[in-house]
Amino acid sequence: MSMDRRQFLKIAGISSILGLGATAASATHNIWVKGLSPDEVAKNPEALNAQHWAMVVDMSQFKTDEDFQKTISACHSIHNVPDFKNPDGSVDLKDEIKWIWKAKYENAFPDQDNPYMEEKLKEMPFLVLCNHCENPACVRVCPTQATFKRKNDGIVMMDMHRCIGCRFCMAACPYGARSFNYRDPRPFIKTENKEYPTRTKGVVEKCTFCTERLAVGKLPACVEAAPKGGMFFGDLADKNSEVRKIIETRYTIRRKPELGTGPSVYYLIGGTEHA
Amino acid sequence: MLEKGLVGSKKYWAWLAFLGALAVSGVYYYLQQFNYGLGLTGLSRDVSWGLYIGQFTFLVGVAASAVMLVIPYYLHDYKKFSKIVILGEFLAISAVTMCILFIFVDMGQPMRIMNVVLHPTLNSVMFWDSMVLSGYLFINLLVGWVTLSSDRKGVPPPKWIKFFIYLSVPWAVSIHTVTAFLYAGLPGRHFWLSAVMAARFLASAFAGGPSLLILLALLVRKLTKFDPGKEQIQTLGTIVAYAMFANVFLLGLEFFTAFYSNIPGHMESFKYLYVGLDGHRELVPLMWTSSIFAAASLLMLVIPRIRKNETLLAFACIMLFISLWIDKGFGLIIGGFVPNMLNQVRTYWPTRQESIITLGVWAIGFLILSFLYKIAITVREESEGVEIEH
Amino acid sequence: MKLYDGGKILIGLVIFVAFATFPFYYNIGKVNAKPEPKLDTPEILKMPEQDRKCVESKAFMRTEHMQLLNNWRDSVVRDGNRQYISSATGKHYNMSLQNECMHCHANKKKFCDECHNYMAVKPYCWDCHIAPKEEEKS
Repeated sequence: MSMDRRQFLKIAGISSILGLGATAASATHNIWVKGLSPDEVAKNPEALNAQHWAMVVDMSQFKTDEDFQKTISACHSIHNVPDFKNPDGSVDLKDEIKWIWKAKYENAFPDQDNPYMEEKLKEMPFLVLCNHCENPACVRVCPTQATFKRKNDGIVMMDMHRCIGCRFCMAACPYGARSFNYRDPRPFIKTENKEYPTRTKGVVEKCTFCTERLAVGKLPACVEAAPKGGMFFGDLADKNSEVRKIIETRYTIRRKPELGTGPSVYYLIGGTEHA
Repeated sequence: MLEKGLVGSKKYWAWLAFLGALAVSGVYYYLQQFNYGLGLTGLSRDVSWGLYIGQFTFLVGVAASAVMLVIPYYLHDYKKFSKIVILGEFLAISAVTMCILFIFVDMGQPMRIMNVVLHPTLNSVMFWDSMVLSGYLFINLLVGWVTLSSDRKGVPPPKWIKFFIYLSVPWAVSIHTVTAFLYAGLPGRHFWLSAVMAARFLASAFAGGPSLLILLALLVRKLTKFDPGKEQIQTLGTIVAYAMFANVFLLGLEFFTAFYSNIPGHMESFKYLYVGLDGHRELVPLMWTSSIFAAASLLMLVIPRIRKNETLLAFACIMLFISLWIDKGFGLIIGGFVPNMLNQVRTYWPTRQESIITLGVWAIGFLILSFLYKIAITVREESEGVEIEH
Repeated sequence: MKLYDGGKILIGLVIFVAFATFPFYYNIGKVNAKPEPKLDTPEILKMPEQDRKCVESKAFMRTEHMQLLNNWRDSVVRDGNRQYISSATGKHYNMSLQNECMHCHANKKKFCDECHNYMAVKPYCWDCHIAPKEEEKS
């Protein structure tokens, strides 16, 4: 059989590509097949379960600055959220990372303009965080499913191992709830919580409704640290849950509901004082 | 054929050395960024996409513009483009490579890039963007190489290449539509949430890319023995004129919707860009330069006497390219992030390192372009007088 | 047969051979002892000898701990299941590198790093997962 040099090179090239491809395909097939089987895993018996975790926030119960600080630092400290500050002590707006923070009414609800509303409400800070939307835009755009909506309980979760740091989710989120690690966060963590990992540079992070606490039967850190009656957390799908009862009987608003994202964080309007 | 890019005059090698130096400094600063993190750029929690993604967006348009040569020649038998379609295809290769490089330098975890392939996500526009861009690069490499080597041998190209040539037409439209979809489907950002986004992108692509091609063709005529042709350049000029008109018109439509409706969310980004918002006027001079250049170049392109004068045409193309670069490569991106989702004005400006890395990527792109053009032009010079049959 | 550009080719060949054999002659004389991961952490020593069992067998761990950790990660982060039922011991374990594995194997330098350094492998787990603090024993 005679074959010229070009033909030989072409056949050699294609065979090596196919050979490499086949080994790669079988290797990846192995990884996908060798996940854990259902009889190898279980939930903790004390874990809190729900079909649709939701939160109700009553800002009227947050009376002092300390109330806010306790709630915010409860979250940021146990999750090893770094604290970036400029030399003059002001917040470094460039690299800052925050999972839950304060915002004025006009920033939390920019499309609910009401110039003559009560001055107190105009100045009152609102706690804002990831809304764990029913129809999250961030999940829709993530190219690797590094951020995804958990089927069992509706929490919009982050898989830091898979995130490629493209920041498409940050562009998509209508609430500005997400932060990016523009540099290594470890030098800026005040006190490490040794039971929770840190993140590394180049990944996006946000509030996760404390999945690691729910898994062991505890409520989210902010809910626990908030002043009494300030934050409620429960299963919106459960007709008898506290959050469901509040939302069905009192007037609550959500941030930017017209966008169709279906946020799961409800803000009680009027508070208990005006009930 | 690659060896044709490795022989050249002293000027050719000096040009490559210059580009190489820029590329190396870009790589040097990228390594710094890789070590420190993207904090080395001007990006922030509020403006999370900036110069890199802007350049990527602009260059997808330049890449798509190859189709403005392919359509007249292959679909409408405009034989006059026979010798220069290759210039469009090679420009597309260079532009898509730059796009991929800009994505790479913008990623927080570039080592995990394979996650996009290992975990394909069909609802993510970015997944589709990576697929269509890779496909377009492959198509142009294949078509460019096969047709050019056939020209060199003086034979018509194999019949099966026609499939890929025809495929490149809708594919070129798709790469820029998908890139527009990155922006046009995000619910919170009203500056981008517009149905005409994809149309605007395509119009500016078909104006910006061919205008660069005109400039390159004029340079080729000056520096080599290959003359792309006066008539060919004029046809390109007409294409640019129509496309630029569509682009300016569509931008005007956006202004109308924003300001006639008077909805704050729609107006605020425009205000930030063109008159300033909350005392922040960083981008105002740039945006007005872009608009003035756009209007001036459009006027020059539309008047036949001016368009037919090649010096004035070149001047108009330079203004047009700069105008579109500012508009799409910078203003469009920043405008989407200012004001942020809590209605706060937090601004952005690229850092020194970010700019050098950007320059480095452009240098790599032009290196590839120069190398490929050298090959194509040498083939044309050597086969002068030989008719091309595609 | 004439070798055109022979000088350039020979120089190129010499440079290539120098690069290709670099790992070998660079490491001549360096002693590379067999890795000996230590299991004498206080937590392990606390347990009675017959109970000193890992989540799975030593042979399994040696070859599969990377895969196991990957699977644990997907199960915890993506499925919300944190309890692992071992096929070797039948006991339930908390699927956590930081809180379960490192609870017993708190000596990362004398355990994990022993083999990793020998194999020149740098897993990036520790970029995020906090390694237990170890005292520097002189």
